[in-house]
Amino acid sequence: MYRSAADLNATKERLRPVLEERLQEGQLGRPTQVLVCTGVGCISAGSQEVLAALKRAIKDHGLDVTVTHTGCHGYCKMGPLVVVYPGGVFYRHVTPDEVPRLVQQHLVGGEPVQDLLYREPGRNPVLFARDVPFFRKQKRIVLANAGLINPENIDEYVAHDGYAALARVLAEYSPEEVIDVVTRSGLRGRGGAGFLTGKKWAFARAAEAHPKYIVCNADEGDPGAFMDRAILEGDPHAVLEGMLIAGYAVGASEGWIYVRAEYPLAVRRLEIAVRQARQAGLLGKNILGSKFDFDIDLCLGAGAFVCGEETALLRSAMGERGEPRPRPPYPAEAGLYGKPTIINNVETLANIPLILRRGWEWFAGIGTERSKGTKIFSIAGQINNTGLIEVPMGTSMRTIVYDIGGGVPAGRRLKAVQTGGPSGGCVPADLLDVPIDYESLADLGTIMGSGGLIVLDETNCMVDITKFYLTFAGEESCGQCTPCRVGIHRMVEILERITSGRAQEEDLRELEDLAHDVRETSLCGLGQTAPNVVLSTLRYFRSEYLAHIRDRRCPAGVCKPLLH
Amino acid sequence: MDRRRPSGQERNYLILDKFIERYRGRPGGLVRILFKAQELFGYLSPEVQTYVAEKTGLPASHIYGVATFYSRFITEPPGKYSIGVCTGTACYVKNAQAVLDRFQAALGVKEGETTPDGMFSLRTTRCVGACSLAPVVTVNDDMVGEVTPDKVADVIRRCREAEAEEETERVPERRRPERDERAAPPGP
Ligand SMILES: Cc1cc2nc3c(=O)[nH]c(=O)nc-3n(C[C@H](O)[C@H](O)[C@H](O)COP(=O)(O)O)c2cc1C
Ligand code: FES
Repeated sequence: MYRSAADLNATKERLRPVLEERLQEGQLGRPTQVLVCTGVGCISAGSQEVLAALKRAIKDHGLDVTVTHTGCHGYCKMGPLVVVYPGGVFYRHVTPDEVPRLVQQHLVGGEPVQDLLYREPGRNPVLFARDVPFFRKQKRIVLANAGLINPENIDEYVAHDGYAALARVLAEYSPEEVIDVVTRSGLRGRGGAGFLTGKKWAFARAAEAHPKYIVCNADEGDPGAFMDRAILEGDPHAVLEGMLIAGYAVGASEGWIYVRAEYPLAVRRLEIAVRQARQAGLLGKNILGSKFDFDIDLCLGAGAFVCGEETALLRSAMGERGEPRPRPPYPAEAGLYGKPTIINNVETLANIPLILRRGWEWFAGIGTERSKGTKIFSIAGQINNTGLIEVPMGTSMRTIVYDIGGGVPAGRRLKAVQTGGPSGGCVPADLLDVPIDYESLADLGTIMGSGGLIVLDETNCMVDITKFYLTFAGEESCGQCTPCRVGIHRMVEILERITSGRAQEEDLRELEDLAHDVRETSLCGLGQTAPNVVLSTLRYFRSEYLAHIRDRRCPAGVCKPLLH
Repeated sequence: MDRRRPSGQERNYLILDKFIERYRGRPGGLVRILFKAQELFGYLSPEVQTYVAEKTGLPASHIYGVATFYSRFITEPPGKYSIGVCTGTACYVKNAQAVLDRFQAALGVKEGETTPDGMFSLRTTRCVGACSLAPVVTVNDDMVGEVTPDKVADVIRRCREAEAEEETERVPERRRPERDERAAPPGP
């Protein structure tokens, strides 16, 4: 039980040596801890078997070495990942067959196993995680715990300063002061729109009606983005702590996490986290000896993109079909059961404990003038190091794609980076040096969205990709409003004609007009943003459209009817 | 195939009853109830939908509306091995379509169908969040990464091997616990 800040400190003291060892990288010593990644990527590559084999071998050798499983490091391509402490020796592609050698040579003999280390072609192997290029240019603050602590053990979270922000808030801050800190930090919503989080909280605080609710949006609808999943699986308590602080700030005593059922592991880890937090007294009545009561429960999303939109999400949570409604009223005034409701994204909430623990000044010192803090991006598509990364706002796409992502495979040419998923557009190869933040991406005709980056190269056809996104948006349209239902369908038809060589140049004008109409007249964000991809590709890749129309040719060689 | 015995069926309804009692009227309650029902019975048949309607007091049309709105609910019986080809963006740009085509050819069924022997069903899924391993395929609850078209045969072969193993392990007199029962929580 954690009844007070002192109880939290006691756990921290007790586990500090273990945690500190994991934080000090770069010094070899007698191995004492082995961490095995059990993120989804590593599990599918067999990390559970590696974990079992390690436990067995360590027991057989009678070694005094602990084995812990962690969340995702983000470098899924290299899985299964195993890290040995002290030092943080970073092993990749470890199979159960390699385990005896790893145990014998490194854990018993103290000699790292060279051929299991990360290595760039023609270079020496890299011993420590911090020196691997993929990690070197990152700034992992929200993801700091993912890959470092056991997400199924609340004490490890506590030992790494977990729930310290909550303890301080309950003891020292009025709700207004909390909102003030969050506002000053400049934190903006990571779910897409980039609305100031503190401002949203202030609205809900000011609303008269009771009860109030906190909802965590863990629907992660952008197909191709998986940062929320990594947080939920790697550091679930950070999200719970963020919700607790939000609850205290706006005066809510109930929180709901709307999590998509496509993420069974995230659901399981959240269930464990909620149970442990309840048992520890961090959820329930009189939390940490204060007058604050708060509890959290889960609510499963069942596979509809539009349910990530906040008004649709609320309807879905209330057991209806997840169809959006016009705003205002905003959920902060009338949300769940018509009561004031804060809806925040997973990553937004995971930033909250950091801001309250380390101060708004610290947070506001990271990033660009109007976009503060870091952003987590998932990088996928035609890139060597697919995975999950965290960088300061304002980092250029070039740094992400080349320095961290390792560039495009097989020496092919980069064409564009798609951002913002079905609501976004693309950044063409010659604009990669623009520092990324909410504003700069909007200027380029795309959006930050949730942070999914899809790297496209010369083998991808921009017209085909546009058709893919619009088809998706059309399928996911709830059908309530005509512009979205009919307009998107009409645009898909035009794109069909273009990709099958049956289009005229006038079609491009109609496509553009339709895109503007749908954008301006749709009921919800889905329809309002779906045309972005059309407008963006027309802006940067008009010649590719024209090649399809005039020359009946697909330059990327993707559109089958046009291959001669 | 002898998939459900009456006793197992009754037990499933009992488990579902408890679940309904717990979640009725709560935020997200209906969706959770339907997930549980799908887990217990494999899919949401008209009978199951009617049952949920009666027990929750909600109109059957409402249950149907919700069950068909969300892509995770299935209203047709699935195959024993349910193969899902991810068609999220990351997988799409890594040629998931070719993977789907190969599965269709190899199994002789179209997307959304089940093989006549009830062994395989094939569907497309939304992003399963393993985009760094694209193209991704799921087999029941397991995830397989980097499934290029030439690895499709491998995935199918492994299902068949698992099936053959199960065949030989099956002791004739003793009833093998059904999947649902193994997944069920311990009784009171
Ligand atoms: C079509 C559509 C889909 C959305 N999907 C998500 C999603 O999956 N996750 C999310 O956090 N926000 C999503 N949003 C944004 C939410 O409506 C809302 O703005 C957000 O959850 C607010 O949290 P934040 O302020 O912390 O970003 C979506 C919006 C639209 C229009
Ligand atoms: S797009 Fe296939 S797993 Fe994300």
